[in-house]
Amino acid sequence: MFTPCSAAETLDREFLTFRAKLVDLAATLDRIDRGEGTPTADPRYKLLRQGLELLAAQEGDRASRMQMLFSLPYDPRWRTDTST
Amino acid sequence: MNFIDPHIHIASRTTDDLAVMARMGCVLVAEPAFWMGYDRSGTNSFHDYFRQLTEWEPRRCANYGIHHCVWMGINAKEAEDVGFAREVIAELPQFLDRPDVLGVGEIGLHKCTKNEVATLEALIDLALSSNEQMLFHTPHLEDKYKGTRMILDLLANEPRVDPARVCIDHCEEHTIRLALEAGCWAGITLYPTTKATPERTADMVELYGSERLLVNSSADWGPSNPLAVPDFMFTMRKRGHGPAAIRQTVYDNPLRFMRASRNFRFTPPDGSSA
Repeated sequence: MFTPCSAAETLDREFLTFRAKLVDLAATLDRIDRGEGTPTADPRYKLLRQGLELLAAQEGDRASRMQMLFSLPYDPRWRTDTST
Repeated sequence: MNFIDPHIHIASRTTDDLAVMARMGCVLVAEPAFWMGYDRSGTNSFHDYFRQLTEWEPRRCANYGIHHCVWMGINAKEAEDVGFAREVIAELPQFLDRPDVLGVGEIGLHKCTKNEVATLEALIDLALSSNEQMLFHTPHLEDKYKGTRMILDLLANEPRVDPARVCIDHCEEHTIRLALEAGCWAGITLYPTTKATPERTADMVELYGSERLLVNSSADWGPSNPLAVPDFMFTMRKRGHGPAAIRQTVYDNPLRFMRASRNFRFTPPDGSSA
């Protein structure tokens, strides 16, 4: 029978990996900043910034909400939408 | 522990891969027809590829004690030219009765265009008219949610569909619930940079249960790992899941799904009936 780990156990197990991912993200942002030009108008950059805000949110289901942030909208009337 | 990789493109892998997969416990693979990294120039190219999948790759796998099954179809990336796609679809029936052909797949959407939808409807009709199971490729990245919803809309509007004989593949956190609530199997693909990681896949097992989940490597010619399923098994073990739970996801489930295909001929190494 599977017994889920406690939050503390999960934190113990994931801490170093999580830390490494955060440092990697920070270094990537620094690398972008060091480059010539400013990507702030690039919609992808805006999405990444929104993603960082989503990470810091207190609500759960972050992975699914992060996926939706990077998803195109779905129109249930797509059958009749001539632009699809 | 033995495992099954229910989605891997063996034609793109080396014999070294097959050897190490066998040593890690792989006893059965399923190879869907797919885009080989370039658009084929004619129907004959597809015909030869279908022969490769049904004649040559099973022998290559058998050399390593791995049983090889296959899905027949035309992928979404080569579905935009509807006329050409229909010529390829006309080739498929002669292959569907071959041993260990599991059904029609991987079919689906890529950029979710009207032409892709027209080709997909023809493939779904072929599958249903010949009582085949179906394996659906869902789009990459930003197109995945929209494309998955469109595929499920198409299936919901087709009364002949039995969702228990359908796998919606490459599910992620935002699409897995959609596939399961539609009554379909949900496939999860483990990729190094896109799709899912072993850790996120274990999360989804814990959140949604493993009753109708299939975990695969989808290893092909791009960045991918033919040992992704054992990596997932190791992650599950680290997180406290017992052997029975792991076996259900990586062995019992794919076996149960494949058994519903009329041409499936696998004999498990432990002698249990397939």
